[in-house]
Amino acid sequence: MNGYHTSLMSLLFGVLAVLITASIVAFLLAQKKGHDDPLVENLTARINAWWVMAGVLGLAFWVGRSGVVILFAACSFAALREFVTLTNVRRADTWMLAALFYVALPLQYWAVWTDWYGFVSIFIPVYVFLGMPILSAIRGETDNFLIRVAEVQWPR
Amino acid sequence: MQILAWITASAIIGFSRFITAVKGFWPGGVPHRGQAIYFANHTSNGDFILLWTVLGALRRKTRPVAAADYWLSTPLKRFIGQNVFNAVLIDRDPETRTHDPIEQMLEALDEGSSLIIFPEGTRNASDEVLLPFKAGLFHLSEKRPDVPLIPAWIENLNRVLPKGEVIPVPFICTVKFGASTQLEKGEEKPGFLTRAEKMVLALRPEGAST
Repeated sequence: MNGYHTSLMSLLFGVLAVLITASIVAFLLAQKKGHDDPLVENLTARINAWWVMAGVLGLAFWVGRSGVVILFAACSFAALREFVTLTNVRRADTWMLAALFYVALPLQYWAVWTDWYGFVSIFIPVYVFLGMPILSAIRGETDNFLIRVAEVQWPR
Repeated sequence: MQILAWITASAIIGFSRFITAVKGFWPGGVPHRGQAIYFANHTSNGDFILLWTVLGALRRKTRPVAAADYWLSTPLKRFIGQNVFNAVLIDRDPETRTHDPIEQMLEALDEGSSLIIFPEGTRNASDEVLLPFKAGLFHLSEKRPDVPLIPAWIENLNRVLPKGEVIPVPFICTVKFGASTQLEKGEEKPGFLTRAEKMVLALRPEGAST
C-alpha cells in the first residue's frame, strides 16, 4: 500500500465512522421522540442521503479514474439541466442546447479523462462560447437574442 | 411478450427521468389511492409518459386514452401503445369508427382501471395556454359519477420536445396534481367544462414561460 491508498482508506473509514454514529443517534432519537416526529424524520432523510452520497463517491473512487470522471460528468449534466430550466431559452435554442448536453459535455469530460489539459482549459470558454450564439442565431429567432445568449454563457 | 413489455416500460421511464428528472406534487404531499380519472394539459407526445412515471405503483392500473390512428400506424407504435402502455385506443374520426370512444372508456373504468385523458383533444401547439376542453370528460363523469376526477398540470415538457423537433433537450419537468372533484348534481356541460379547465389552469406555476 502506498501513501495515497492509506490516506484514502483512512478517509473512507473516517466517513464510515461518522455515518454510523449519525445513524445510531438518529435511531435513538426516533426511539425517544417517535418515528413520525417531523424533526427526526427530516434528520433520518438527510442521514440516508449522506449514506447515498458517500456510497456513490466511494464507488467512484473504487472504480478509479473513469469512475470519478463519469460521476463528475453526471453531476455536470444534472446541474446544467437544472440551470437551463431556469433560463429564458426557447425553441430556437434547441440545437444549441442539444449540442451543449450531448456534444460539449461528453467531449469536455473525455478530454479530462485523457488528461488533455490544453483542450480542457480552452474548449468551453473559447470554442463552446463562440459556437453557442452561432447555433442560436442560425434559427433566425431574434427576440431577446442577447438575453438568451448571455444567460446561458455568463455563469461559469 | 410480457417481459419485453416490462423491459420497454422500464427503459421509457428511465429515459424520461434522465431527460426531465420529473417529480410529482400531490395536494398535501400524499398521492391519491384508488381509481381516478386524471385529466391534464397536452403539449407533447411525452405528456402521458411523465404522468405515468410519477404515478409509481399506481401505473399498473392506469390506462391512457390515446388516438388509434397514431398508435396503430406502425408495428413498434402498436407494441408500445397496446402492450406497454395498455392504452385505450379510440378512433377520433366519427365517420369511420366502429366503437364509441365513451363506451370504450367506460369499459376500462368498469374493469377497475384508472384513466388518463387529455381533454384538449389534441396537442396544444398554439400560443394559448390551454385549448377549450372537449365534452368527453363530462360524458364520462355523467355516467360514472363516483369516480373522482383529478386535474394535473404538466410543466416544461413542451420545452423538452417542442412540436416538430426531433432531439429531446433536458429540462426539469414537474407534474402537479390538484384536489379531486366530481360532477355536481344538476351541473350543465358548459359550466362543468369551464370549471375543469380552471382547475387545470390553477395548477400552473406562477410566472411560467408558456
